Amino acid sequence: MLDWIPEEILTFLILCGQAFLIIIPLILSVAYLVYAERKVIAAMQLRKGPTVVGPFGLLQPIADALKLVHKETIIPTKANPLLYIIAPVLTFTLSLMAWAVIPWGEGLVMADINVGVLYLFAISSLGVYGIIIAGWASNSKYAFLGALRSAAQMVSYELAIGFALICVILCAGSLNLSAIVEAQEKIWFVIPLFPMFVIFFIATLAETNRAPFDLPEAEAELVAGYNVEYSSMSFGMFFLGEYANMILMSAMTSIFFLGGWLPLTSWGPFAYIPGFVWMALKIAFVLFLFLWVRATFPRYRYDQLMRIGWKVFLPITLAYVVGLSFCIAYGVFPETLGVIK
Amino acid sequence: MKSTFRVYAETFLMKDLLQGMWMTLKYMFKRKVTLAYPHEKGHLSPRFRGQHALRRYASGEERCIGCKLCEAVCPAQAITIDVAPRTDDGSRRTTRYDIDMTKCIYCGLCEESCPVDAIVEGPNFEYATETREELFYEKEKLLDNGDRWEAALQARLSHPRR
Repeated sequence: MLDWIPEEILTFLILCGQAFLIIIPLILSVAYLVYAERKVIAAMQLRKGPTVVGPFGLLQPIADALKLVHKETIIPTKANPLLYIIAPVLTFTLSLMAWAVIPWGEGLVMADINVGVLYLFAISSLGVYGIIIAGWASNSKYAFLGALRSAAQMVSYELAIGFALICVILCAGSLNLSAIVEAQEKIWFVIPLFPMFVIFFIATLAETNRAPFDLPEAEAELVAGYNVEYSSMSFGMFFLGEYANMILMSAMTSIFFLGGWLPLTSWGPFAYIPGFVWMALKIAFVLFLFLWVRATFPRYRYDQLMRIGWKVFLPITLAYVVGLSFCIAYGVFPETLGVIK
Repeated sequence: MKSTFRVYAETFLMKDLLQGMWMTLKYMFKRKVTLAYPHEKGHLSPRFRGQHALRRYASGEERCIGCKLCEAVCPAQAITIDVAPRTDDGSRRTTRYDIDMTKCIYCGLCEESCPVDAIVEGPNFEYATETREELFYEKEKLLDNGDRWEAALQARLSHPRR
């Protein structure tokens, strides 16, 4: 039927279609994540949150987006215009790129590459560039301080994330995300690796600059951090990127620790719910944890943040990696973990 | 005094953090206190001190006798009164009764000092204006307020917890 289209173009079109299938729902879920955040935090503070625009305020994110698009993009005179424009684009693009390797079900993945974990890790590390460039190009002291804080914080907490991931990889015996999920057939990694799950989650909060580690945008000190000078859609890109990163990190958490698309139990009706629904439910749960934590805890002081990252998480994760390696090497609990080799 | 072991155990098991999160989770399902303000309004005490009004007797005669006690007691000096005998019956009346609402601190001393309950502070608090000049109230405006809010004012003045 599609014989008249050259094969290269057909492949390209299919890839575009797949990308759209991921990006459009992602952007929509970012919009409604913002709505959910406002509702959940409002509920925890005995407020109602947005209720005016549409039923239950459901159209609020759309109204917000329209407002943002209508604003003027202002480039400060002393800013470096090229880098100033590139920074939000970079942040946003990187937050979308990582989704290529996230599996939504058995075989439901855009790029089933064998180094998926490394790819995710590389992309999320690159994210810091968007922030540093934004802070530097704005030529504003607040933006610069915010960018510096953000860079230091992300670099410190990537270590903890890395070691937590090594534990997961040791148990799964693969860097392929689909293989990691399949390795959790017997038991989700959250149970044997519970301390790593907690540390991974906390480090994720720091990595995405979320409360209580949102020092890069500590509004009491830095106005808004690295994005002070941004307005309109250039700000919107940072905003979208940040929330897309949150969803990405939640997806990573559910793949590495909560068994990805695997059902809670294969009992009765649960077995008939398709995998991507399970995946979405798990992502939503982790996102709820994000919001819950934000509503509960006050912001960390900067030195405390660094102390936790370097003096608590790093030693604990390192010790856990060594201990776990010994356990696996000497076969202490290979069966329950689902470790084959 | 907790033992060192216990302190460390509680730190690493994140006891305090989990307690805090349990607290916010409980609050999430509590009844919300939000009022959708222009549509829903909160309760006002019978002693609430809002916009001023000059009242009249049931006969339509204005209550104010121009004793100037309110002008004298006003700590913000927001009230200005001029007095002269009225031409038709020679009774003592005000020719001018101005309240500068931008000066008023809503202390309620004027209504407390008034011997005839003429000047009162009513329940109305929604009288924001676009210009400053509109907040310089004159006698007509105050009497008009009195006519408009009379029912509410009477209910408040006769309230047992007033």
